[in-house]
Amino acid sequence: MAKAPALPSGFELPLEPRLPRIGSIDQVAVEERAAALARRSIKREAKLFALDMAVRMMDLTTLEGMDTPGKIAALTSKAIRPDPSDATIPSVAAVCVYPNLVPAALEKVRGSSVKVASVATAFPSGQSPTSVKVTEVREVVDMGAHEVDMVIDRGAFLSGRYAKVYDEIVQVKEACGDAHLKVILEVGELGTYDNVRRASLLAMAAGADFIKTSTGKLPSAATLPVTLVMLEAIRDVHEETGRKVGMKPAGGIRQSKQAVQYLVQLYETLGAEWLTPDLYRLGASTLLNDVLMQIRKEKTGRYQSPDYFTID
Amino acid sequence: MPAGWDYAPAPESRDIVTIEERYGLHIGGEFVEPKGGEYFPTLNPATEDVLAEVAQAGAEDVDLAVGAARDAYENGWSTLSPSERAKYLFRIARLLQERSREFAVLESLNGGKPIKESRDVDLPLAAAHFFYYAGWADKLEYAFPNRRPGPIGVAGQIIPWNFPLLMLSWKIAPALAAGNTVVLKPAETTPLTALLFADVLRQAELPPGVVNIVTGDGRAGAELVKHDGVDKIAFTGSTEVGKAIQRELAGSGKRLTLELGGKAANIIFDDAALDQAVEGIVNGIYFNQGHVCCAGSRLLVQESIYEPVIEKLKRRLTTLRVGDPLDKNTDVGAINSKQQLEKITELVASGEEEGAEIYQPPCRLPEKGYWFVPTVFTNVAQSYRIAQEEIFGPVLSVLTFRTPDEAVEKANNTPYGLSAGVWTEKGSRILSMANRLEAGVVWANTYNRFDPASPFGGYKESGFGREGGLHGLEPYLDLDESEVRG
Amino acid sequence: MSRLPVRKTYKLFIGGDFPRSESGRTYEAQGQNVARASRKDLRDAVRAAGGALGKWRGMTAYNRGQVLYRIAEMMEARTEEFAGFSSGRNEVESAVDRWVWYAGWADKYAQVLGTSNPVAAPYFNFTIPEPTGIVGIVAPDEPALDGLVARLAPVIVGGNVAVVLASETQPLAAIELAEALATADVPGGVVNVLTGFRSELAPWLAGHMDVNAIDLAGADGEIPELERLAAENVKRVVRGRADRQSPYEIAAFLELKTVWHPIGV
Repeated sequence: MAKAPALPSGFELPLEPRLPRIGSIDQVAVEERAAALARRSIKREAKLFALDMAVRMMDLTTLEGMDTPGKIAALTSKAIRPDPSDATIPSVAAVCVYPNLVPAALEKVRGSSVKVASVATAFPSGQSPTSVKVTEVREVVDMGAHEVDMVIDRGAFLSGRYAKVYDEIVQVKEACGDAHLKVILEVGELGTYDNVRRASLLAMAAGADFIKTSTGKLPSAATLPVTLVMLEAIRDVHEETGRKVGMKPAGGIRQSKQAVQYLVQLYETLGAEWLTPDLYRLGASTLLNDVLMQIRKEKTGRYQSPDYFTID
Repeated sequence: MPAGWDYAPAPESRDIVTIEERYGLHIGGEFVEPKGGEYFPTLNPATEDVLAEVAQAGAEDVDLAVGAARDAYENGWSTLSPSERAKYLFRIARLLQERSREFAVLESLNGGKPIKESRDVDLPLAAAHFFYYAGWADKLEYAFPNRRPGPIGVAGQIIPWNFPLLMLSWKIAPALAAGNTVVLKPAETTPLTALLFADVLRQAELPPGVVNIVTGDGRAGAELVKHDGVDKIAFTGSTEVGKAIQRELAGSGKRLTLELGGKAANIIFDDAALDQAVEGIVNGIYFNQGHVCCAGSRLLVQESIYEPVIEKLKRRLTTLRVGDPLDKNTDVGAINSKQQLEKITELVASGEEEGAEIYQPPCRLPEKGYWFVPTVFTNVAQSYRIAQEEIFGPVLSVLTFRTPDEAVEKANNTPYGLSAGVWTEKGSRILSMANRLEAGVVWANTYNRFDPASPFGGYKESGFGREGGLHGLEPYLDLDESEVRG
Repeated sequence: MSRLPVRKTYKLFIGGDFPRSESGRTYEAQGQNVARASRKDLRDAVRAAGGALGKWRGMTAYNRGQVLYRIAEMMEARTEEFAGFSSGRNEVESAVDRWVWYAGWADKYAQVLGTSNPVAAPYFNFTIPEPTGIVGIVAPDEPALDGLVARLAPVIVGGNVAVVLASETQPLAAIELAEALATADVPGGVVNVLTGFRSELAPWLAGHMDVNAIDLAGADGEIPELERLAAENVKRVVRGRADRQSPYEIAAFLELKTVWHPIGV
C-alpha cells in the first residue's frame, strides 16, 4: 500500500508499521452497500450453514444489575447445550457477564468449549480513572476470565484526546495477559462513521484482539453499516500489517435473518478466513432462540412456536 | 475454517410471467400482424433459448402506427383536459407497481440483467417516472414562465436494449404528459417488456392509438425517423446512429432529441473515502454488465493512491457473482446479445494488443448464453482504443493523474460528454470539478444514480435534450405559442 | 471647397483584432469594399473563439452583465453611425435596448432555467445551465443590425463565444458592431465577425468539429445541407429568428448539468 498520509494531530502514535490510511467514510454510500449486501437471498443448505455458524459465534450475554449465580447457571447451560432436543446444535462461543459473575460462570462452563467473557473498565460508561479500570481487568483475569470486553473512553475520544484512549487500551491489553481483549467502541456515542473508523484503527493499533460495536446499553447499537465500516478497517489493518483482528457486533441483533445478514457481510468483506468464532462473534441475549427455531424450521419444514424452546 | 460459503441457488420464479408464442405490432390499441408477414425470434441471452417470435415492422406498418397516433392525437388526446391526461399516467404508474415483479422477471429473461437490478432499479424507476410526469400534465404553464406550452403532435421514439422498460418510461411518460401521442420502437433484442406494457395500456384504458409499439430491427426505426407524419424524434442509442438520424432529419424541421454514447471518467482523488469509492467504481462499470451509456468506463486514479485502489478493486471483483440473471444473488448477468459480446471481445483483444494489462477475477461462466467476465485494464494510455471507444460492457480502463488540472484535462479529452464521477472529501474541490467537467451529469461521491426528478442527458457528441425533471418536458412541448417582448 | 471624407476600411474581427482576410480578397457590398473571408479566416476565428471561451465563461455573471451593458453604452454613443448602416434610429435604439435587456439576464437566467431536484434518496441534486461553447451564427440579412444583435446577445450572455457570419448583402452593421464591441470591454475572441460569401463560409462553419452549436437565422435554401454537416459532431442546431427575445433564446445555447451529492454526516 502507498504510504499513509499524515495522521491528524493527536493521532501521531509511535507505531511500526504505521496505521493504514485513516481516510473517511461516506455515510450514504456505506449504508447503501450494507443494504445491498443485506438483500442477498440465502436459502436452504447455505442458510443452515449460516445459522449453525451463528450459534458457534454467539456470545450469549447477560449484563443486568439483577444477575445472580442462578441466572448465570441457566445461561451457561443454554450456552453449552442450546437445544437439548437436538444434539447437532453446537455450543455457543462464550457467555458474557459482569465481573462479579465470572466465578459462577467459570464453574458452570468447566469441561465445555464455552468461554467466559467479562466486561470490565467501568462498563458501560468507562468514566473512571485508568488505574481503576486496569485494576478491574487484572481482577477478572485473575478470576480466570478468558476474554475481557473493555469500553473505550468516549469522553476522551470525543474531546480529541486520542492518546489517552490509546494509552488506556495499551495498559488494559497488558493487564489482560493471555486473555483475549475485545474493545467496545460504543458506536452509538461516536456520532459519525468517520469516528467509528478512527476509533477502530486506534483500538487495533493499541492491541485489540477484537473490536466490538456496543455495550448493548444504548438504544442505538450494532447496525449493518457500522459493522461494515469496522470490517473494512479490519481489512485495511490486515492488508497493511498481516494482523487479523476479530469483530463483534453486539446489541440489537435479535432475529436469525439479521444474523445471516451479518455473516453475509462478513463473508463478502473479509472472506472465508474470518468465518470462525476465533475472529467473529455475535453479541446477543435473545437471538439464540430465534436461530434455533429457524434451524428446526429448515430441518422439519414446519414453522415453529417459541413454546418449544427454553427461555434461560 | 470453511473453504467458503456456497450460496444455494435463489432463483426468482419465472412462472409469474406468461410469454406468448408470437407477438404482432401494437397499433391503434390492438395487436396486428405485420403487413410483410415477417417475424424474428427474441432470445434469452443467458440461455440462447427462443422466448417468442416478434413482428418486424415495415414501412406500411410504421405508416399505420403513425396514422393511428395522428388519429388519436387529433381526435381526443390533444384536447383532453390535462388533469384527465394526468390520471391516465397515474394509472399506468400504479399498474406498473402492481405488476412490477412480472415485468422484472420478463426484463431479466429477455435482456440478461440481474433480477436484483430489474427488481430494485428498473421497475421502481419506471413506475416512478410515470408518477412524476403524471403530475406535470396539468401544470405545464408553471414550468415555463411566460409561455403557454402545448403538445407537438406525434412523437417517434426509439429506445435501446440496456434498460428496455425504463427507457420506454423515460420516453412515453413526458410525451404523454405534454399531450403528444407516441409511436415507440423498442430495441430489436429486447421487445418483450414493451409488448407486455401494451397490456398495461389496456388495463389503464388508455385511448387506442395514443401509444403504438412497433417492433423490429433498425429498418423499422429508419422508417419511423423518415416518416412525414412524425413531428418529433427522440432517440437513445449509439452516437453513430444518432448522427445518422440527425443527418436524415436535416432540413425537415422535425424536433429531435438524442441521448447517445459516453466514455465517462470516474475520478478518484487521494482523499476520497476509498472503500465507498471502490463501490462506486464497481457500480459505475459493472452495473447492468456495463451496458450503460453513462458507465464510468474510464477510471482516473490519483497516482498517490493508485495501488490501494487497484488492490481493493481487484479484491472486490472476486466477490462479484456472475451468472443466472434470475438468481437473486447474481451481481453481473448475461451480455445482451451475441453481437454485443463480439464487440466487447474485439475491443478487449485490442486493449491487450495495445499493451494494457488485463485483470479478470476467477469466474466460472455458464456454458450456454452470452457472458463476459468483469474486466479491468491497467497501464492504459489515453490513446488506446479501450480508453477512447465506448465498449458498452463490463470493462474498465484505468488511467492515472497527478493534479486536478490533469484529471480535468484527461476527463474532458473525448468527443463524449454524458457523465462523470468525482470522489473527494473536499467540498470546494467537488464544486470546482463539477464546474469544469464537460458532462451532463456529474456524480460526486456516488455513481449511476437516477431519479425521475433529475434531468439526464449529454454534452457534445453524447447528444442534446434532457430526460427527467422539469427539463425533460421541454423536448415534447411547443413553447412558441405566445410571443412576449420583455 | 468641401472636405473630402476619410473612408474606413472594412475588415474582419478576429480575436479582438481587425485583420484583412488572409486571402487578400474583398467584395463590394453597400457601396464599400468589404473583406471576403476565406475558410482559413473562419478556422482562425473558431480558434480565437476557443481561446476566449475559458475566460468569458469563467467571468462572474455580474461581470458579463456589465460588459453587455457597456456594449449598449458604446452603441448608444454611436447611434448616428449605426443608423447609417441600418434602417435608422429606431432600429439602433431597439438594438441598444436589447443589449440592456439581455445584460440584465446575465445573473438571472440560471435562476429561471436551473432547478434543484427533489430526488427520492439522500442526495442533494441540482441542475445548472452552462454555456454550450463555441457558437456559429449565420446572421440574418434583415434587420441587419437589430437582427444580428437579437441572435448574438443571447449567445454571449450565456457565456458562449461566437463566430458570426455577417449578412452577405448588408455586412457593414456587423463590422460597425465589432468596432463597438472592441471598445466595450468584451474580451478579444468572444465575438468574431467574418464578412464574405455565405455559401463559401457557412458549410465550413456548420461542419467545423470544434463548433458546438450553430444558429441558422440567416440561412435559407442551404439549411438542409448545413444541418447535415452539423450532425457530424452532433451540433446543436437553432433556427433562430430575428424577432425573438426571451430567456428561452439564451437557453437554446446552454447545456444543462446535473450534479448529485450524497447528504450524510
